[in-house]
Amino acid sequence: MNTPSYSINNLRQLEAESIQIIREVAAEFENPVMLYSIGKDSSVMVRLAEKAFYPGKVPFPLMHIDSKWKFREMIKFRDDYTKEKGWNLIVHYNKEGFESGMGPYTHGSKVHTDVMKTQALLAGLDKYKFDAAFGGARRDEEKSRAKERIYSFRDKFHQWDPKNQRPELWNIYNAKVHKGESIRVFPISNWTELDIWQYIRLEKIPIVPLYFAKERPIVEVDGSLILVDDDRMPKELRDKAEMRKVRFRTLGCYPLTGAIESGADTIEKIVEEMMTVTKSERTTRVIDFDQEASMEQKKREGYF
Amino acid sequence: MDIKEFLDQDQKKDLLRLLTAGSVDDGKSTLIGRLLFDSKKLYEDQLDALKRDSKREGHAGGEIDYALLLDGLKAEREQGITIDVAYRYFSTAKRKFIIADTPGHEQYTRNMVTGASTANLAIILIDARKGVITQTRRHTFLVSLLGIKHIILAVNKMDLMDYSQEVYDRICKDYSEFVTPLGISDVRFFPISALKGDNIVDLSDRMPWYHGKSVLEHLESVHITSDRNFSDLRYPIQYVIRPSLDYRGFAAEIASGVIRKGDEIMVLPSRKKSIVKDIITYDGKIDYAFPPQSVTVTLEDEIDVSRGDMIVHPNNLPKIERHFEAMLVWMDEEPMKNGTQFFIKQGSQTTKARIDKIRHLVDVNTLENRETDSFALNEIGRVVITTVKPLFFDAYKKNRQTGSFIFIDPVTHNTCAVGMIIDKLSSDELPSKIVDLDVNKIASGTGLISKPEFEKTYQQKGNTIWITGLHGSGKNDLAYTLQRHLFDMGAKVMLLDGKSVRSGLSRELDYSPTDRAEHMRRVAHLCKLMNDQGILVICSFVSPDDSIRVQIKEIIGENNFHLIYIDADIEFCRKNDKYGIYEKADEGTLRYLPGVDMEYHVPEKPSLSFDATDNNNKLDELLDYLSDNKIYPV
Repeated sequence: MNTPSYSINNLRQLEAESIQIIREVAAEFENPVMLYSIGKDSSVMVRLAEKAFYPGKVPFPLMHIDSKWKFREMIKFRDDYTKEKGWNLIVHYNKEGFESGMGPYTHGSKVHTDVMKTQALLAGLDKYKFDAAFGGARRDEEKSRAKERIYSFRDKFHQWDPKNQRPELWNIYNAKVHKGESIRVFPISNWTELDIWQYIRLEKIPIVPLYFAKERPIVEVDGSLILVDDDRMPKELRDKAEMRKVRFRTLGCYPLTGAIESGADTIEKIVEEMMTVTKSERTTRVIDFDQEASMEQKKREGYF
Repeated sequence: MDIKEFLDQDQKKDLLRLLTAGSVDDGKSTLIGRLLFDSKKLYEDQLDALKRDSKREGHAGGEIDYALLLDGLKAEREQGITIDVAYRYFSTAKRKFIIADTPGHEQYTRNMVTGASTANLAIILIDARKGVITQTRRHTFLVSLLGIKHIILAVNKMDLMDYSQEVYDRICKDYSEFVTPLGISDVRFFPISALKGDNIVDLSDRMPWYHGKSVLEHLESVHITSDRNFSDLRYPIQYVIRPSLDYRGFAAEIASGVIRKGDEIMVLPSRKKSIVKDIITYDGKIDYAFPPQSVTVTLEDEIDVSRGDMIVHPNNLPKIERHFEAMLVWMDEEPMKNGTQFFIKQGSQTTKARIDKIRHLVDVNTLENRETDSFALNEIGRVVITTVKPLFFDAYKKNRQTGSFIFIDPVTHNTCAVGMIIDKLSSDELPSKIVDLDVNKIASGTGLISKPEFEKTYQQKGNTIWITGLHGSGKNDLAYTLQRHLFDMGAKVMLLDGKSVRSGLSRELDYSPTDRAEHMRRVAHLCKLMNDQGILVICSFVSPDDSIRVQIKEIIGENNFHLIYIDADIEFCRKNDKYGIYEKADEGTLRYLPGVDMEYHVPEKPSLSFDATDNNNKLDELLDYLSDNKIYPV
């Protein structure tokens, strides 16, 4: 048999494996949801879901946890793209937190993230009684994620116990949970940042324009380049803003997400920059520096 | 090369998954750190963070501690050991790699087995100062158990043995002797120093006697595509896609073999055949698909296919069995409890299973077999398994995808064990055809086949149709024609009447009320035995006593017992009497004849009642009754 014609390249192999995971979840869970963060990884994940069920529709809803401090361009992108695609999108936010004026400037990044992201996520999952939630996390992002399972078991308080994870072999996933327990599913665990960019390029997947370099009003705060996205930023900071050509490697709450100075305005240039000026991508997220092993701590509490 | 060329080339690379086995002392983390570092994929700030951490917690005294790059979780960093599987990613100009980094300590067999399950290749590290030790043997056994086809034996710390060829040759010889019987097709040897970087990426000039490739060169060039099984089509249906009423797509990741448009296929378990109409992907239709592609298939015929079914080629079937033998690895902190019914997940199928017999336990250190009656964490053994539904499988050696399964604890839902199927259970290999659990069942008189199993196979209810009425009312005519009809329709049906039972089984009994009662008791138990094994029984007995009919009903079981009454007056019966029984009674030569010198109790609530004089077809009415009540056909 002529085996060479049956070779598969790395991206198509990762794609096939991710589709297998997504279909498995849809088949075995009663009420799955796909968490949609509007970022590039989420965009890849949603495309994989569309592929998994083609020509049918994706059989589960998407959910965006809105911290109310996301970049405005993200929200616009979300609403336009959702409308175009006809997705079933749930937008959930912490109403109490929002009405009490919760924000990173007034409450600090730690409290804001906990209330508007982690707590909002858990409340959203509880509200709709989802028993499985897809997330776009990758193992190469951060040290504590390198050991994460594809199916990450969470107890009824959504907590992750690194010592109490189920063995995971081959591509056979254990979907059995008791009432109240759930599984976080990471179908793109094995993708690297370069794989994501390659796939976006190959598949022509639309992404938020913030990823591309452009002149933007920027303030430097503790070494991070922060975009002036609205006037909730304190006036004394806003006044220091200057136009700089920057892009974002990762998207989140605008006061907590640092930009990098860059001239990369195409995917190719982004990759080129990534390959030469290497800075691990999460370092531009302020929250990870809050405390030692902070991502691990957040995972234990239920954040991804 | 510009960036576009770089991306186009990068896209074409294939993916190799590898496992590293060895303990911290062997320099495993250092080797991985070096592969990552030297392939220039370590990000700048990860290195910055590393330099910070090294000062505080490092064990390498001043130099960069590569191991710190890898140990993710806080608790583990404090203990200085890796305690779970961690996945690392790196890429060279020729290939992409995923490393499953697993610890080597004895208590972590579980993790190594996990990492090995998806790996194409394993790097086994040996400390040149120690040579082949127990741990080396254990790692190699696990690698062979999980079916990895390529081994790199990395003899590390050559720098501490003065880069001696003699030391290296002796270790290679020792290892060869040990590994050959395990039948791993591709074993390569490399003398290295992970710490100094010798023969990892570039060939070292400190070992001029070594003429092979560097570890990385080998990793980049080893052929893995042909490790996949392209000959036996196994397409385990994961999901049925139904965008509209007239479209049904069967979605799966191809486990093995190649599926082509126009192929004649068979669906298991129904064994219905059809033709592949289209192979569909989001990016368009394709003519053929192969592992590990995830595609959707449509068929020419509308046949019933659902998740858990498997599409195969009709001339190449997997094993379809409920009994098989497997190597089992116990993964749970809780030891195995005997008699547990586990969930078993294999391919896209989930059913229940039990362990019928433990053949032996394998001591992973000595590789000797010994007896055991249970398994604890990290123990491995050969077992006999019975499942509730048949599985479609191949031996793990032939097919990693269809030969693997997991056991899920029915209470905790933890993945408590994983297994690799050896083969279908063949009776000649069994010490006895009857497994332990079955011995108990036989001792208690419970059959090995349950009544529902019989009924499913026979497609009928194991019930008793009991026809009562005076002698000469026409019971036997109805009973005999009923049996003929049911038999012709394919039913498994037995007929009992007074003459046949009294000629043997009840031959010492007469017609007195006490003997009649005993006679009826025997017949009722006979009915029950046959009903329990799925047989339909037709009984034709005068059975005049109401209290005895109640007893019969109790023995047979209320739900299995159907009383049919033929209502005939004594004059009709006398006319219809072919044997002159009423005359004998009149003459006084025969006693205890119901209707003459003994009372016949008319049943109060028969299931069905016929007027003997009515010329309507009693048989059709009775057949309708059986069909309406789903007794036969079901």
